[in-house]
Formats: sequence, structure tokens, C-alpha cells
Amino acid sequence: MRFGIVVFPGSNCDYDTLYVLKDVLKQESFFLWHKDHDLKRADCIILPGGFSYGDYLRSGAIARFSPLMQEIKEFALSGGIVVGICNGFQVLLELGLLPGAMLRNKNLKFLCQYVHVRIENTETPFTNKGKLGQVLTIPIAHFDGNYYTDQNNLKKIKQNHQITLRYCNPDGSLSEKANVNGSMEQIAGLTNEKRNVLGMMPHPERASESLLGSCDGQIIFKSIINYLK
Amino acid sequence: MKVRVLVSFKESVLDPQGQAVKNALLTLGYDFIKDVRQGKVFEIEIDHISQKKIDQVIPEISHKVLSNPIIEKFDWEIIE
Repeated sequence: MRFGIVVFPGSNCDYDTLYVLKDVLKQESFFLWHKDHDLKRADCIILPGGFSYGDYLRSGAIARFSPLMQEIKEFALSGGIVVGICNGFQVLLELGLLPGAMLRNKNLKFLCQYVHVRIENTETPFTNKGKLGQVLTIPIAHFDGNYYTDQNNLKKIKQNHQITLRYCNPDGSLSEKANVNGSMEQIAGLTNEKRNVLGMMPHPERASESLLGSCDGQIIFKSIINYLK
Repeated sequence: MKVRVLVSFKESVLDPQGQAVKNALLTLGYDFIKDVRQGKVFEIEIDHISQKKIDQVIPEISHKVLSNPIIEKFDWEIIE
């Protein structure tokens, strides 16, 4: 499979993502510069974490206007597989490929820690190698991850089973405390209605080798590889 | 010409930064403070263009770029 990882000024998880896909999972992977207009025949586009444009204006707000985003939007609207991780999730929200917006974390702190997230839907290109209710241990690192949408959209999101990952306790139960950033419906990962676009705040590329503490992030990447096969 | 655009959270959206400022003010003894909402101000210098054009273009850029309409609202005025 061909994975294209988009690089914005301020992206800082681009090399980690490339390393996991190329060296750990042995996939053909390459960077896509945000100013180009070429997706290089990628089967899957990944918007990595970081602080594109220094998070100026709003997280992800300026990256949305990068030249390559036009191609990515068309790719996604024609069914292409797109994943936004952390800042990439924020860009997808600003771009309108996913519904809602991110507010500052409820405790106003930058959170950099392992969290537990529960798989809510396995019928997606991103979670088909997992089990329903499976708890993944993956780190987060963000200031603006407090998911918000209006009640109408929330109803639609729930009806269409777009919630893919929820913050939970180690045993999979939900609680106010486990919802570290205050997200609506404990949303940690969300797809669009067609389920070909995923945004997630946890960093699967930081949890893809047992040496680094967790391999759970591999489930996301292996699901995509499995889906595209 | 100068235009000032004020972007702030919609009433329906919780503003944790505004809440933190409010709590700080209450701690300082300003007990008459009822609520604080935090926002952003943009001062934009522009060429002299017609009032009609301003009425069209300032809301346009405020909606498209300066605010996220899902969570924020905006207000604007000509200041110079």
C-alpha cells in the first residue's frame, strides 16, 4: 500500500508516522509537501500531528488553506482513505471533512499522557482488525482536544455510528474522569458519514512498538492495510 | 481604513478560558463580576473601498477565516 504523509510547517509527528509505516509495517510511504498539488498516487493520506502554522488563529485553521488540501478534499469526497491524527484531526474539522470543532481542554492544560480508548465501531477501514469494546492504550498530546458539536450533528453522528473511539477507564467503562479533555460523548475518534475519513486525537504512531510501551496503535494502521488489500 | 473584527464563542459554547479569568477576578474580590467571555480582536487595515464592498467582504472573511462558525460568532466595525 502507498501511504502519503502530509508535511505542513510545524508538523512534528511526520517522521514518527513515516517510520512506523515504512520500517515497522513495511509499507511504501512518503512525504507530501503541503504546497504541492500531487498526492503521488497514495492509497491513504495521513495528516500527522504537530502544530501546523504554530496553531495560529485556531488549531488547524491555516493548514486548511494549504494548496494540497484541495486535492485531499477531492480525494476524500471521492471515497479515498484519509486519517487525521491530533493536529491532523483539527485540520479535518476546520476543512469540514468531519463535523464539529475542538475547544480547549476542560482543565485548560496541555495533556501529554497515555489514555485508554474503547473501539466503538469495527466496521470501518480503521478499526476492522480490532474487536468491539476493545480497550487500546495510546498516548495523547494536545491542548485543544475537547470535541464539540451542536445537538443536531451529535444526533446524526450517533445515528450513523460515526463515533469510532471513546475515552474510557482501563476496564472499558466510561466516566467523567476518564474523559480527560471534556469531549462530548467522550469522543476520541470520529469518522465521516461514509466512514472513509477518520480523525483521532490519540497518537497511534507513538504506540506501535512494544519497546515504546504499547503496540495498540498498530491496530489502526493494520486495519487500513487490511482494508486496502 | 481600519476595520476591527471581534470573534467570540457562541453563548451555547462553554468558554473555559473565560471561566478561569472570571474565577481569578472573583478571587481578587471583584464579587460583582457575573461572567467573562474571552475572544479575539483583529484590526485590519484596508484600501479605501466602497461601503457596499466592505459590507460584503468583511463578513465574508470573518466567516470563512477569522472565526470557526461552529463555535464562534463575530462582530465588526470601521474604526478609522
